[in-house]
Amino acid sequence: MGILDVRNCTKRFGGLIAVKALDMCLNQGDLYGLIGPNGAGKTTVFNLITGVYKTDEGSIELDGRTIHRSKPSSIASLGISRTFQNIRLFRSMTVLENVKVARHMRKKQGIVDAIVHTRHLKSEEDEIERDAMQLLKIFNLDARADELAFNLPYGSQRRLEIARALATAPKVLLLDEPAAGMNPQESLELMRLIRSIRDEFHITILLVEHNMKVVMGVCEKIQVIDYGETIALGTPREIQGNPKVIEAYLGGA
Amino acid sequence: MKKWVFWLVALAALAAMESSLRGLIGAYNYQIVILVGINIILAVSLNLINGYTGQFSIGHAGFYAVGAYTSASLVFYGGPAIRGATAFLPQIAQNAVLLLAGIFAAAIAAGIAGWAVGIPSLRLRGDYLAIVTLGFGEIIRVLILNIDAIGGSRGFSGIPQLSNFFWVYLVVLITVVTVHNLVNSSYGRAFISIRDDEIAAEAMGVDTTRYKVMSFVISSMFAGIAGSLFGHYTMYLHPNSFLFTTSFYLIIMIVIGGLGSIEGAILGAVLVTVLLEVFREFGAFRLVNFSILLVLIMIYRPQGLLGAWTLFRPRKAAPAAK
Repeated sequence: MGILDVRNCTKRFGGLIAVKALDMCLNQGDLYGLIGPNGAGKTTVFNLITGVYKTDEGSIELDGRTIHRSKPSSIASLGISRTFQNIRLFRSMTVLENVKVARHMRKKQGIVDAIVHTRHLKSEEDEIERDAMQLLKIFNLDARADELAFNLPYGSQRRLEIARALATAPKVLLLDEPAAGMNPQESLELMRLIRSIRDEFHITILLVEHNMKVVMGVCEKIQVIDYGETIALGTPREIQGNPKVIEAYLGGA
Repeated sequence: MKKWVFWLVALAALAAMESSLRGLIGAYNYQIVILVGINIILAVSLNLINGYTGQFSIGHAGFYAVGAYTSASLVFYGGPAIRGATAFLPQIAQNAVLLLAGIFAAAIAAGIAGWAVGIPSLRLRGDYLAIVTLGFGEIIRVLILNIDAIGGSRGFSGIPQLSNFFWVYLVVLITVVTVHNLVNSSYGRAFISIRDDEIAAEAMGVDTTRYKVMSFVISSMFAGIAGSLFGHYTMYLHPNSFLFTTSFYLIIMIVIGGLGSIEGAILGAVLVTVLLEVFREFGAFRLVNFSILLVLIMIYRPQGLLGAWTLFRPRKAAPAAK
């Protein structure tokens, strides 16, 4: 049994079966890639795991706990965090505040603490700020901590999203197309970053990506889905040679 | 500055102003100053929902009414008993006890109303939420119209006068400090994250339903307190004081001042209240002035007069830890 266990999950939208009896198992420390042609159901799988959608059938377990009936915020507090395909930063907040929000749920401030601004609150706020700045440093964003997140260049916004996701102290991190819109140089740096995150934070990473260079370069295990069903599972080398995968991407001969 | 020093100075200053203000500016202006204060409480609290949490509520007058009528009924019907129990105190202290009891009851009742409205309606967004809250405000008003014990359509008269400049502006201070502290804490960041991106907020562990209801309840509690102060100043309440136009004025205040800015809400409250008085001779046409003002602001300064500008910046970032 792995840290994240998706069993026999099905999700229908009306007559469309977006995800069909899908199994997926991530072990602690995995760098796991989920790929597939456009419309294969990758983002739906993400939304099922993070609780944005509810499964019609099947179960999802995190570290042995059933999560597919919980709401997204509780799933986040149980230890799953994510980034978004189209960046969803808090646009009116500074870079630092974006990370602080995510740190919030790991702290216990009462509403009275907040209103009276007690000493307890201040020490906790300092702690949150310290943690947040440390994260920003890792992502090379600390120099711009007080700028509005909205004003960062695209690549930095992507990195900030990852930093924000890590601030929730997740067990499993879901990256939804982190390399989208990045140039080759940036993607290369991103690959290095993803690997170092996994090693430094001892977390498990699930990655959805279209950029094959990134997927093949960084993932150790890859699952290919098409029309909501698994068509291949294996190491990058195995996947590259798999005729079913080639057919799904390029069409049958 | 130590907190208690601030409050002590504030209390002394308010008491001194209370004793001299009416003589200085006359009864008419004094009343306007009171109304400005009550509107500041309403606008700053509404800003918590509409400005910070980003939910569009136009039912604030409803919570204001709940507070006003709860406090007035408690003091009107329970006043003699409370006075009897506190007969050993001097008159002024008895009045304070009565008013505080009324304020407390108003806050609780309005808070419960906020919770009851918030739980089902905060699943709705944007226009739909606006319609539900508008409907709620009207329901409250019609309910009051039909309860004879609190005057119904005749209005509720004979409410003892208990609030004055001192109390109103003490509550103004408390409201401003509370909202300021709240929005500069984790709670505030949670509220703002919901406004900015609800899906991302939820994914970062912010329980959006809980925080939305929380901002609704806190905001309605302050509206209720404002209602209590209003009733105990004017000594007479009529459902027509709580028409949906009242909610609209409050929204105009925070939009003019700048959504999500405490100073903006204060500026808006002052401006709108004073302008309403200045334009009184125009009768119903004074609303036209606000339409024009709003159109001009939307064109030239869509973020409101103050925007999200704030006088009291939160603490700057600490230097990065090693």
